[in-house]
Amino acid sequence: MSDEHPPDHFSHHVRRYLFVFYALLFGTLITVGASYIPFGHRAVNIGVALFIACGKGFLVAGYFMHLISERKMIYGIMAFTAFFFIGLMFLIVFSFADFPPLTVRH
Amino acid sequence: MTEILPYIVKPREDTGLYNAKVGIWLFLASEVMLFGALFSAYILLRVGAPEGYWPHGWLNIPVGTANTVVLITSSITTVMAWASCKMNQLGRFKLFHACTVLLALTFVGIKSYEYHDKFTHYSIKLADGKIADGHLVEKTKDFNLAQKTGEVVIHGHEVNLVNKSGDELQKELRVIYDLRSPEARKVRHTELKYRASQIASLETYGPRHNTYTAIYFTLTGLHALHVIAGAIVIGFLWGPGSELWQTDHERFTNRIEVSGLFWHFVDLVWIFLFPVLYLL
Repeated sequence: MSDEHPPDHFSHHVRRYLFVFYALLFGTLITVGASYIPFGHRAVNIGVALFIACGKGFLVAGYFMHLISERKMIYGIMAFTAFFFIGLMFLIVFSFADFPPLTVRH
Repeated sequence: MTEILPYIVKPREDTGLYNAKVGIWLFLASEVMLFGALFSAYILLRVGAPEGYWPHGWLNIPVGTANTVVLITSSITTVMAWASCKMNQLGRFKLFHACTVLLALTFVGIKSYEYHDKFTHYSIKLADGKIADGHLVEKTKDFNLAQKTGEVVIHGHEVNLVNKSGDELQKELRVIYDLRSPEARKVRHTELKYRASQIASLETYGPRHNTYTAIYFTLTGLHALHVIAGAIVIGFLWGPGSELWQTDHERFTNRIEVSGLFWHFVDLVWIFLFPVLYLL
């Protein structure tokens, strides 16, 4: 992260943090607004809301948590976590294909 | 002579990181898996719910939005507190971190208000099969369901699901389960009084009410515990812990960074919880 920067460089960082803050507030308003728009199918609303949430998550993790300019070791830890997190989500998908024999499906 | 553990303040040459930073990221990795497991449980419960039975609009969106803004604001004050440490501005650091603690307490206060709303919201199954739904106005002192004594008054409405199926049932279900639907918006709430003898069973919108309230209280309760824990740590670093500013400034700054990373993670979790629980 940015530990190597001298203190006077931080005013530049502060401006960036404020920009991220305004973007997060804007993202929150967009998320609420989009939830009132009937996109035709609820799955689309879910997709839009999660897409905006991912964008906001990227801003928090990338800039407030400085993941955008982190050391390799942190990326390694996060990559490891992401692998298992995605695996966890796939378990749900697999569970929908796991029916006992003779199950009647409607 | 006192020996100081290496890499407590200065980064290691091989990783470029000081020990506490590696520690907090490993901890956050475990937190991702903890909340990930609960999110996957939420998805499984939601997808598996029978048609019409998964609640929408049960939570107050303006209140949830306000709490989201509170948490986002606390994130910027946290990162500004860390930047103030880097710029050697004690006064600004104290101001920003005081704001973070106050915002954390505001978040917990708003969440408590929301919880109170759910614990005073009753679903009453009547002896004739109808369901009365609304907020508690009054319960007489002698109210006892087992002994069939006393009365209860709610501000709400009645729904009749008896002998209904197909579209008719779905319309009635929307009155209870989809509060953003046209059917639910048309319903007029009035004061309804029931004798205990008219009631088959009653329960609040607490965790045991249905799978939605169960996962809602589990997810938001766990998150609120994280907010409280973070507020305690940040409060300590703002108060007695800030003595380290004078004696070992770099180490103190690292502590602020590590506690800040935890706080941003708490904000990150809420960014996903808010749309999932309040809006979708």
